[in-house]
Amino acid sequence: MPAALSVMGLRKAYGSVQALRGIDLEVAAGELFGLLGPNGAGKSTLVKIACGLVRPSAGAVDVCGSPAGSAAAHAQLGYLAELFRFPDWCTADELLGLHQELIGSAGGVAERRELLALVELGDVPGRRVGAMSKGMQQRLGLAQALVGAPRLLLLDEPTSALDPAGRRTVRQLLERLRERGVSVLFNSHLLSEVELVCDRVAIIDGGEVVAAGTPAELSRAGGVEVETAAGVRTFRDATRDDAPRIVRELVAAGEDVYGVRALSSNLEDAYLEAVGRAPAAGAEDASEAPADAADGAAGRGADEADEAA
Amino acid sequence: MTAARLIGDGRAGGAAPPGGVRGALIVARFSLRESLRRRVFVVVGLLTFVFLALYGLATWQAFKAADDFTGATEAGVEADVVVGATLAGLAMFAILFLGTILAVFLTLGAVRGDAERGLLQPLLVRPLPRRTLLLGRWLGATAVCAPYVVVVALGAFLITDALGGWWPDRLVGPLLALALGVAIIAALSLAGSIALASTANGIAVFMLFGAGLTAGLLGQIAEAIGSDSLDDIARVATWALPFEALYQAGLAELTVDTVGFTRLAIDLGPFGGAESGGAGLWLWSLAYLAAVGAVAVAAFARRDL
Repeated sequence: MPAALSVMGLRKAYGSVQALRGIDLEVAAGELFGLLGPNGAGKSTLVKIACGLVRPSAGAVDVCGSPAGSAAAHAQLGYLAELFRFPDWCTADELLGLHQELIGSAGGVAERRELLALVELGDVPGRRVGAMSKGMQQRLGLAQALVGAPRLLLLDEPTSALDPAGRRTVRQLLERLRERGVSVLFNSHLLSEVELVCDRVAIIDGGEVVAAGTPAELSRAGGVEVETAAGVRTFRDATRDDAPRIVRELVAAGEDVYGVRALSSNLEDAYLEAVGRAPAAGAEDASEAPADAADGAAGRGADEADEAA
Repeated sequence: MTAARLIGDGRAGGAAPPGGVRGALIVARFSLRESLRRRVFVVVGLLTFVFLALYGLATWQAFKAADDFTGATEAGVEADVVVGATLAGLAMFAILFLGTILAVFLTLGAVRGDAERGLLQPLLVRPLPRRTLLLGRWLGATAVCAPYVVVVALGAFLITDALGGWWPDRLVGPLLALALGVAIIAALSLAGSIALASTANGIAVFMLFGAGLTAGLLGQIAEAIGSDSLDDIARVATWALPFEALYQAGLAELTVDTVGFTRLAIDLGPFGGAESGGAGLWLWSLAYLAAVGAVAVAAFARRDL
């Protein structure tokens, strides 16, 4: 079975500006793949090339074994752009109906109802797009991307306009899609979102992949911190497994130990390091840090990336 | 939940994606629905009613004045024919202008404008070739503009007939000329929308329309002063902008059977310099339309969105 998305040596230049400088990546069937990077890193360009909206300067992109931009590739994918708009005069139901016709879906009313229900718009099929909030439009955009049961979903900042409840709905939806074998390329600034749902992550900066792996691989061990009578001592190269040995050695050396913490970097740290903006000293989150704290940290990381870009 | 049946089962579609013509018809139907929903037809219908009412008032007054003028009859000029043809000729110009406005506003932001607003991308990631989208947008605009100019021109002719007893010598030719003229303007505007922002495209197309109008006026001047060189320039210019040549051809056919002093009197008005162009003009106009379409398709295929 071919990869859902295969990107090989992809380059794109806009005049003298090199947007992509040789990207290689692959999204397997049923994989949730996160694409991270500061603004201007080339994420949206990559997604647009995969959609056939932008022509590559060099390299190749295949969608489910078909060249990106071909009718066969288009028939296999669903796409939600970062900056999208639907005609404000048409209703949610009409919009999905149009996309059903364009992709040749035989799902009919049943498919439209189910998709709207899936994104919690089941009670407003007749509402005009112009009368919807931005969050509702974004959820409608997700429903639109799912018309025709695509094998690959390309989502460019799909949660940017959603409130926390809406983001959780999308997370749950993505997880359900993964269970059904749908592949998703998920481009987001919300690192916590990516960390929570993605199987693998690639960090792009300056048009190149600067780091890739599972969130766990990227969020590697960050050392062991021991609180002694002489103060807090950090063993940078140590892992959680080394903690008992370190404590034994300190006690044997006559030191009093008051506390021990295994440190690990999170995806935000990995991201900042990969894009050349290493986290400040002491900013590491303990592995035991609650999810809310991690969310907040990730949000700050995204903001910083925006400002820097 | 039943959604599991439809969502993420790894099967795209269920029926075949639409082919070229069917895809274009889907886009055209959606464009027409947009025109209907945005009340384009209501607004245009109301304003057209006002236009025809004013035209009727002017026609009534003009024929009334012609009835009081006996000098023309004594000179062998049929005043009713001159008045009717002149009014109908002017109405045709006004109708071409109204059709142009419709064609331009329905297409001026069809590609770049819609892409900048994020409306285009969701459609183009469907198995819908770009050329099909262009064809659909053109069909949608032409399906509004062409019937519009035909119906309004027919209405103007009926009013002229009812109030002054004048009817064009040929009917189908002028109506088809207007329809093809606005179809060409819609194609030019659609092609312009690929490279130009909406405002710039609207300005560009109206300037082309103005250039065509100027070419027509040059033809009238050439006829009046008997300048062959000016006539050649006017002819080349109108054929380069065939909507104007078609308008001139339609104009000529309105009075194609009129002869004698009445003919001379008619040629002093907007009909001066109007010539049919023959079958060559129709073939050229269709080829021109196809060429504009081909250029638009090629340009759109190269455009990054």
